[in-house]
Amino acid sequence: MATRLTQQAPAPAVEPALSKQEVLRYSRHLIMPEVGMDGQLKLKRAKVLMVGSGGLGAPLGLYLAAAGVGRLGIVDFDTVDFTNLQRQVVFGTSDVGRKKLEAARERLSNLNPEIRIDTFETRLTSDNALDILRDYDIVVDGTDNFPTRYLVNDACVLLGKPNVYGSIFRFEGQASIFGYPGGPCYRCLYPEPPPPGLVPSCAEGGVLGVLPGIVGCIQAMETIKLILGNGKPLVGRLLLFDALGMRFRELKLRKNPECPICGEHPTITKLIDYAEFCGIRGEEAPSQTVVVPEITATQLKQRLDRGDDIYILDVRETHEYQICNLNGNLIPLGELPKRVSELDSSREIVAHCRSGKRSAEAVEFLTKAGFRKIWNLKGGILAWSDEVDPSVPKY
Amino acid sequence: MAVKVVIPTPLRQFAGKQESVNLEAATVGEALNALTSQFSDLKKHLYSDDGRLRSFVNVYVNDEDIRYLQKEKTAVQQGDTISIVPSIAGGCVGGAGRLYFSAEN
Repeated sequence: MATRLTQQAPAPAVEPALSKQEVLRYSRHLIMPEVGMDGQLKLKRAKVLMVGSGGLGAPLGLYLAAAGVGRLGIVDFDTVDFTNLQRQVVFGTSDVGRKKLEAARERLSNLNPEIRIDTFETRLTSDNALDILRDYDIVVDGTDNFPTRYLVNDACVLLGKPNVYGSIFRFEGQASIFGYPGGPCYRCLYPEPPPPGLVPSCAEGGVLGVLPGIVGCIQAMETIKLILGNGKPLVGRLLLFDALGMRFRELKLRKNPECPICGEHPTITKLIDYAEFCGIRGEEAPSQTVVVPEITATQLKQRLDRGDDIYILDVRETHEYQICNLNGNLIPLGELPKRVSELDSSREIVAHCRSGKRSAEAVEFLTKAGFRKIWNLKGGILAWSDEVDPSVPKY
Repeated sequence: MAVKVVIPTPLRQFAGKQESVNLEAATVGEALNALTSQFSDLKKHLYSDDGRLRSFVNVYVNDEDIRYLQKEKTAVQQGDTISIVPSIAGGCVGGAGRLYFSAEN
């Protein structure tokens, strides 16, 4: 150790050193020349901000904490829900109902009490993003919506901070590093988001829990490589992961000279209104909700009990029908236009889905197609479970 | 030229659930035309109403983005792979099987 010190510039007095405990904890890093004491100290000095502690953030947080990233910031405003546990492995069953930040802090501190954890219980917005991001070296984007993705991208570009990106959709994942000096940003890849009509609602879909695990771990690996300054970072490359085919592919990602934020003549020089940019008005985009005639679960039950002839149209997918159903006739929303002829417009029809959103689209479509005696089951099969038959499982 | 078009997971339901489709084409535009005439439901996902490729759908020939080649006029060689890569935002839950529903058709 003494010999090394004489060969190098003297270390500043504030240089953090590893305690005996830490040396033991990180010994599998320390014995690797690619990390070693220098690398471990870089990790200890590193400040990483995770935006989101969900499916991507859970494995990411666990691995960054375990690796000894000295300061870990987490932005989230949600509480732990039962349906999170299938993939958000940082939380346990006893955490259901707790604030995610509180539960994550407890779990990560237990995993590694040597690190500092900063929590920001807020939605990341144009007003707070720069202030929150400013203190960190690297930002990791584990969000789940387009407005926040563009916000994180723009804030990182404006602050000159690398943004470790990961995204998933069903069985497919994407990862890259944006905002690296000289490298492309998210807007170079996709200048604009899809219009809201094309963005599926989270809860309507599904995800195999392992997929965000894999993509989140790729983000963790890239973050650690950036900190160590080792290896070839995922800059200028878009990694695509197809879980069903178990294939990784890589595409070239170029810096767009005409990019509105990182190009040669930027037109975006400060954070903008991202909800507006993504075509969303208001937090939950209520303007997108279709207004159609409705019937409540209780009313429907009364009418069915009375023996009224009502045709129940279930517009969910086949696999959802298998979870629970109201003995309805299944025509998935996507197939409805082709299968309209199966419906009898002279009968009374009640359409339903899980929550009432897809069936509202179905009712709107059928109304335009000339159906007059048609209602949407308000709140869907979830409301039926709440109001009529609690034995129907909610999902 | 025989080329392979790789269909991303979210769009496979509109392409007979196939991972990839083999086609004969001389340019990217021809390949996408052939693809959308075979699977008409795909068209609205790839093109806007004015017939332009949607800005959140990128197309690559092998590993190159066609925006930096000759866009849809980019020539393809025998055995090339064309990839369609839409933007995805999922992080917590992922997206739905239903990407788009138009009441007009």
